[in-house]
Amino acid sequence: MCGIVGLFAKSREIEDRLGEHLTKMLIEMEDRGPDSAGVAFYRDPVGEGWVKLSVTALGDTRPWADVSAGLHTAFPEVSCTERGSHAVLKVKGDFEAVRAWLAHHHPEVRIVSAGDAIEIFKEKGLPRDVADAFALREITGTHALGHTRMATESAVTTAHSHPFSTGMDLCLVHNGSLSNHNRLRERLRRLGITFQTDNDSEVAAGFLTERMRAGASLREALDAALRALDGFYTFAIGTHDGFAVVRDPIACKHAVLAETDDWVAMATEFRAIAALPGAETARVWEPDPGRVYIWHRDGEGRVVGGAVQAEVPA
Amino acid sequence: MSVDERAQRPAGLFPPETIREIQRAADQGVYEIRGLGSKRRLPHFDDLLMLGASISRYPLEGYREACHTDVVIGGRCARKPLHLDIPITIAGMSYGSLGTHAKRAFGWAASRMGTSTTTGDGGMTDEERAASDLLVYQVLPSRYGMNPDDLRRADAIEVVVGQGAKPGGGGMLLGQKVNETVAAMRDLPPGVDQRSASRHPDWTGPDDLEIKIQELREITDWEKPIYVKVGATRTRFDTALAVKAGADAVVLDGMQGGTAATQDVFIEHVGIPTLPAVRQAVEALQEMGMHRTVQLIVSGGIRSGADAAKALALGADAVSIGTAAMMAIGCNKPVYREDYHALGVEPGYCHHCHTGRCPVGITTQDPELESRLPPEKGARLLQNYLKTMVYELQTLARACGKSHVLNLEPEDMVAATTEAAAMAKVPLAGTDWVPGQGGGP
Amino acid sequence: MSDVLAEPVCDLDATSVRELNARLHAVREGDNATGIVVRNPRGKHAIAAGLDAPVEVTVDGHVGFYCAGMNKRATVTINGHAGPGVAENMMSGRVHVRGNASQSAGATGHGGLLVIEGDASSRCGISMKGIDIVVGGSVGHMSAFMAQKGRLVICGDAGPDLGDSIYEARIYLRGAAEGLGADCVEKHMRAEHRAELSELLTAAGLAADPGEFRRYGSARKLYNFTIDTADAL
Repeated sequence: MCGIVGLFAKSREIEDRLGEHLTKMLIEMEDRGPDSAGVAFYRDPVGEGWVKLSVTALGDTRPWADVSAGLHTAFPEVSCTERGSHAVLKVKGDFEAVRAWLAHHHPEVRIVSAGDAIEIFKEKGLPRDVADAFALREITGTHALGHTRMATESAVTTAHSHPFSTGMDLCLVHNGSLSNHNRLRERLRRLGITFQTDNDSEVAAGFLTERMRAGASLREALDAALRALDGFYTFAIGTHDGFAVVRDPIACKHAVLAETDDWVAMATEFRAIAALPGAETARVWEPDPGRVYIWHRDGEGRVVGGAVQAEVPA
Repeated sequence: MSVDERAQRPAGLFPPETIREIQRAADQGVYEIRGLGSKRRLPHFDDLLMLGASISRYPLEGYREACHTDVVIGGRCARKPLHLDIPITIAGMSYGSLGTHAKRAFGWAASRMGTSTTTGDGGMTDEERAASDLLVYQVLPSRYGMNPDDLRRADAIEVVVGQGAKPGGGGMLLGQKVNETVAAMRDLPPGVDQRSASRHPDWTGPDDLEIKIQELREITDWEKPIYVKVGATRTRFDTALAVKAGADAVVLDGMQGGTAATQDVFIEHVGIPTLPAVRQAVEALQEMGMHRTVQLIVSGGIRSGADAAKALALGADAVSIGTAAMMAIGCNKPVYREDYHALGVEPGYCHHCHTGRCPVGITTQDPELESRLPPEKGARLLQNYLKTMVYELQTLARACGKSHVLNLEPEDMVAATTEAAAMAKVPLAGTDWVPGQGGGP
Repeated sequence: MSDVLAEPVCDLDATSVRELNARLHAVREGDNATGIVVRNPRGKHAIAAGLDAPVEVTVDGHVGFYCAGMNKRATVTINGHAGPGVAENMMSGRVHVRGNASQSAGATGHGGLLVIEGDASSRCGISMKGIDIVVGGSVGHMSAFMAQKGRLVICGDAGPDLGDSIYEARIYLRGAAEGLGADCVEKHMRAEHRAELSELLTAAGLAADPGEFRRYGSARKLYNFTIDTADAL
C-alpha cells in the first residue's frame, strides 16, 4: 500500500530540475508511504560497451573505495560516485563479468539496478529523510519514478523498498496488494529467478524479468502479467527511454495521469502532480483498468505514446 | 427386520448432518444461510485460568476495596473521546436484522450502565439515538442509511472493514425481513434480498483508509473518535494498518462473532478465533508503541465476566457483546416452543435470525412477534446481565490484586490446553512452557 | 447574524483544509456572505466536505479525494479535476466538476445533483441511493454498480459492466456501453423518460438531444435467491 510517482521530461528545463520536481512529488506521497522510499532516475547513459550499476552494501558498510580500486584491476575503465548509502559504478565491460567479479570479491555488495541509464536509490525511513540522504534534489535526468511504501505484510527493510529492478534498465513500483504471489514466487524460482525478499511486488518484478528473458517485449510481458497476477495493483515501470503504467482489471487502486507541453506525470494522487509547474492547467485523466500504457522518446527525442496502447520500441 | 443398533455408527467424514447438507445443496443449488456464529468447538477463553493471589500477591477485599472499571476510548485524535463506566460495550447490530424493541432495550440498558451501543448496516433510527446516551455509528461498505446528520449526532464513528463471522464477505439481509420501513431506510424496494458489498465503494487499503478517516474527521469537525472494525484474520497486519491509517480505536471481532445472516461456509471456515487474535493485536499495538493510546475493543464469543477479564488481561481495553446481549434479552429462551418448532428447531439451537420469524421478538420486525419483547423488560434483563458481568470481572481482578480491571496482565493467567497456551502465549498450567516460545516442559 | 465568510477568498497555501471546513460549517442561514472562492487546492483531500448550508463554494484547481463529501444544500463548483469519491454520499445541493472526475464519483449519494463536464472514471454512481449524476463525457467500468435509486446520465460512452446488480436506479446513455453488467438491461424509452432526461440535462447545463439516449435498468432477476428445488421434480 503505497504512493507512486513518475515524471517524464519533455523540456530541457524539466530535465535540469528533474530531481527537485520528483522529490516534491515523493514527499507529497509521504502519508501513503511513511515506511520507506525509493527512486529510479534515467540519466547520463554510459553508452555501448559500458554498464552502469547502482549498488549498496549489506550492513552499514560503504566499501566503495575498495570496490572501485579492485574493479580497476579487472576492467579498463571504472568510475564510482557515492550517493547516500548507495554508489553508482560505471564500468567499461560486460555486465555479467562485472557481476561475477563483484560476487566473488565483494559478496557484501548488492546490485540494486543495472543498465545504460538507470540509477536506483532506496532506503527505509520517511520519504523526506530518504530524499535528503540521497540528495535527490540535485539529480538531473530524462525521466524518473518514485515510490513511498506503507508496508502491509512484509518487513520494512531497504531490500523490501521499491523500485524493484526487473532487468537491464527496467524497474517496477507497485501500489496495491497481490493475492497469489507466494505460489508464483515458487514457480519463478524454479525458472531461475532469484528473490531477495518475501515482498509481493518483487514477484511482479520477477515475473516481468522472467518473461522478458524468455524473449517477450515489455508490452507482451505486461499483458502476461495482467493474466498471471491476481489481486490489486497499479504498476509503473521505468524503461530505458520512457515508462509504462498498468492497472489490474478491477482497478481499485487509484492512479492519475497528467500532461503539459513540458512533462508527462503519473501519480497515485493528484496532489503529487500539483507540485509540478503548470499542473493547474494540465490535462488530467485516469488510466483505464487492465490496459497497458507506454510512453517513450522517439528518434527525434519527442515524447510519444500514452493514452493509447503502444508497442515498445525495438 | 429391525435396525441393528450396533450398526448405527456414523461415518467419520459423513455423519448424518453432512449427508443432509449434501442433499440439501443438491436440492436447492444454493449455499446455506444462517445467523449467529461458529458452531464448531474452538480454543477460547474457557481454556485460560486465572492465577488468584495468595502469598506472593495480595487480593483486594470484595465490595470494600474499589476495583475500578472505567475506560476512555478514542483520545488519540478526537476532541471528544468516549468515557465508559464499564469496559463492556454493545456491538454493532443493525435495525433491520433486529427490531425496534431490541434496539431500544439495548440502548436503555447500556445508558444505565454507562456504556455505548452501536448501530449497524442500515443506518441510525431516532429510537436508537434517543435510547442510547453513547451511540457508535457504523460506516459500512453498503452505506445503507448513511447520513451526515447521523454522523454528526453520533458519539463515535466505526468504519467497518470486516466482521469476525465473515472477514472478506459482505452483509446479507434476506427479503423476508425487508419490510416497508427497513426498505425505505435502505433506499430499496421492499422484499428484495439485500446483499451488501464486501469492499467499501470509495476506498481500499490503509493508504486510502487514512484519507477516508480524514474526511470523516473533517465532516465532524475532529470531534468524534473514529474506530476501525476488522474481522480477525491477518490480525497483526490489520491492527498495525488501522493504527497507521489513523484510527483512534481498533475493534477486533474474532471468528466466534455472530451475524444476522451469512453463508454457513463463511461462519465455520474463515477467520481465526478471538483468543489468538487478541494476542496478535496487542503485540502489534505494543510494537508500534500504541498500546493504551489506540484502544482495542474485542468481540467474538464474550459471554461472561470471566471472558471479559481474560480478554482484558491479554491486553484489550474493552470487550463488546452482541450474541450474548441478544441471549440476555431472550434469544433461544425456552418459551413459545411452537414457534421454534415452526422454524424446525428447539429453543437452544435456533439460528434463524435471517428468517425474520424470531420466536422471542428480537430479530424481527413483525409487530406481533416484537410485542413479546417489551423494551423495558429487555432493558432490565440486559442491565442485570451487564451488572453480573461487571461483578464477575471485578471479582477476578480483585482476586488477582488489581484496583483497576485494566491492570490485569497475561502473567495473571495460565492455559489449560496446549492450543490455548500457544495461541494466548501464556504457559501451560503448572509449567513454564509456552509452545512456540522456546524452552520446554 | 454571523459573517464567517466575510473574507471571500480562501488560499489553501495559507489556510488548512481543516480551517476552511470549520469556517464553512459555521455558516448559518441568514448570514450575509454565502460564497467563497478556494484557491490553490493542489489535490488536497476533503475540501468542502460535510457542508450543510446554502453556501456557494468555487474551487479553482484540481482537488483530491472526497471533495464535497456528504454535501447537503451547498453548491460546490470545481474548476479542475476531481479525485476519487467526489460528492460521495451527497444528500442534496449541487456539485459541478468542470474537468474529469476520478473513480467512485457520487458513490452512495442520496440526493442532489452531481454534474461532471468531462469523463468520470470507474464506479461512477456506485451504490447510488437517489442522487442524480450527469456526465458530459464517458464513464469507466462498473459504473452504477448496485445502484439503488436516482438517475445516471452519460452523454458519452460507458465502460464494461455498466449497471451491474442494479436495483431501481435509471441509466440514460447516449453512446455505447462496452458491456452491461449482470441484471442490467435496456428498457423502453417512454415520453416520461425523455421528459425527465431533458430536465436533468437542462439542470446540468449540458446541451444534448434526449432523443439520442437509451435507457437501462434492472431486469430484477437478482432480487431474491433462486432455489432450484430439484427434489420436487
